[in-house]
Amino acid sequence: MSEMESAPAAPAKIPGMDEKLLEARGQDAAPPREVLFDVDDLTVDYSGVPALKDVSLEIYKNYVTAFIGPSGCGKSTFIRCFNRMNDLIPTASVNGTILYHGIDLYGPEVDSVEVRKRIGMVFQKPNPFPKSIYDNVAFGPRVLGWKKELDERVERALRHAALWDEVKNRLKASAYSLSGGQQQRLCIARCLAVEPDVLLMDEPASALDPISTTAIEDLMHDLKREYTIVIVTHNMQQAARVADMTAFFSVEVDEEQDRRTGILVEYDDTPTIFTNPSDKRTEDYVTGRFG
Amino acid sequence: MSVARAHEGALGHGPRGAKVRGTLFYILLLVSVSVGFILLFTLVIDVVQKGVGYLDPIFFTEPTSTDPDKAGAGPAIRGTIYLMVLLLVMAVPIGVGTALYLEEYANRGRWYNRLLEVNIQNLAAVPSIVYGILGLAFLVRGIGLGRVLLAGALILTLLVLPTVIVASREAIRAVPDSIRQGAYALGATQWQVVRRQVLPAAIPGIATGSILALARAIGETAPLLLVGALTYVAVNPTLLGSFTALPVQIYQWIARPQDEFRLLAAAGIIVLLAILLTMNAFAIWLRNRYQRRW
Repeated sequence: MSEMESAPAAPAKIPGMDEKLLEARGQDAAPPREVLFDVDDLTVDYSGVPALKDVSLEIYKNYVTAFIGPSGCGKSTFIRCFNRMNDLIPTASVNGTILYHGIDLYGPEVDSVEVRKRIGMVFQKPNPFPKSIYDNVAFGPRVLGWKKELDERVERALRHAALWDEVKNRLKASAYSLSGGQQQRLCIARCLAVEPDVLLMDEPASALDPISTTAIEDLMHDLKREYTIVIVTHNMQQAARVADMTAFFSVEVDEEQDRRTGILVEYDDTPTIFTNPSDKRTEDYVTGRFG
Repeated sequence: MSVARAHEGALGHGPRGAKVRGTLFYILLLVSVSVGFILLFTLVIDVVQKGVGYLDPIFFTEPTSTDPDKAGAGPAIRGTIYLMVLLLVMAVPIGVGTALYLEEYANRGRWYNRLLEVNIQNLAAVPSIVYGILGLAFLVRGIGLGRVLLAGALILTLLVLPTVIVASREAIRAVPDSIRQGAYALGATQWQVVRRQVLPAAIPGIATGSILALARAIGETAPLLLVGALTYVAVNPTLLGSFTALPVQIYQWIARPQDEFRLLAAAGIIVLLAILLTMNAFAIWLRNRYQRRW
């Protein structure tokens, strides 16, 4: 710490995170970069007031991409653009393009329901349905009309989410009988059961205890072989532990109109963001000087 | 020392005035509770004492008669049961449908949806006699339905509809949004979200509210009198035939000069109370059975 204060130009460090961690994480990562989402000049308004403005970035296939930043920086708004959850808010409007496999997600002939089948989402607070564990996982396949081999599909999803051994003897029990961390893994299993391409996770561990958080993070490591994962997190250590790419968002305050708008400050591979950021604001944030 | 003792004292007794006021308030609450309870209890005891002697098979099967010993409430009891079934079939689907539209589909920004909401809230407060007048003018005479069971059922449907809608909306609104979002995020359509998540989760609340609304409706007399519930009906009620109902029969018996008919009325009240209690008990059972925590 004292070294950092005396020599601000030296690479910044986050307390409790060393380069070994970043390196270890980096080695099994980094498949060749193949663009899955190409976001161009995206702006989201709520009732005409911009919440997030002019975001452009690319998200790569089989990468874990983290969005970090202070509260109100629009990172949750942004992640909800990828599966068109913002459609459910009547006052929200999305401008700009998000190309997914080269197709504009907000194009006129794109059906938001089809989008959500391919791009799953896990929410901040575990939100299991008021049904049995089995029915929670089976809900997605049933909605899609996949009736064959439902039992196998449910088991596969639960195994994938590292929950099977804990629940295999009580599949008919209420989902609410599970602990918070188990409920969140159930929600992940529920997503996996519909075999999506992408998993969007909006602060998936923020309501969980450290052990459950570790379980979810380990799960992300395993899942990225098959899925592309986008995660919003408040926790910088978490981003450093799990993400290949990290985007830092910040808030731009317009004093005159009393507006706070989220902007993308910097987007790069995770080690660069945390050890050698090119923007001063990113450095201030990751070193804990603000936010 | 004296400081310590003062503290002990403060822990032992609070300021005297506040304690007295607290006790007085508690007594006031007890009085309020007992007013309602004692009144109801006296009423029930009185009615049971008077009416229980007339609760024989004749009462449940025979129509009313000028001879109190031969008079029964058979057609009236059957009429009330028929009305309940018709109400259930008509009011609940329409009410739940309206509630679903208002909660899940309607865009609050549109003026007609807001108008609809205000209207429904106001309709719930309209006196039942006004519904009776509407029924007489519109159903019985206007479209020439006549003084039949269906007209009575329709007007009671209108009467309970606002209550059913309000209760159903409450139940639907109580389903957390996170559940809808979770379902949407899995690629469910709006219909699938409503059909598979919202409705099943809201059904206990809807059922409870609807049953309580129905229980209220079958005690109604005024609108039925206006749409022509008769007091003497010898035959079993049919959909398009003349009819009577328990509250109407009770009302008519009480209006007679002979004391025996008042006892008959008491017997009718016991039956009506029994039906109401059964319905309310069923509603409570439903609520406890399907109570959910989110």
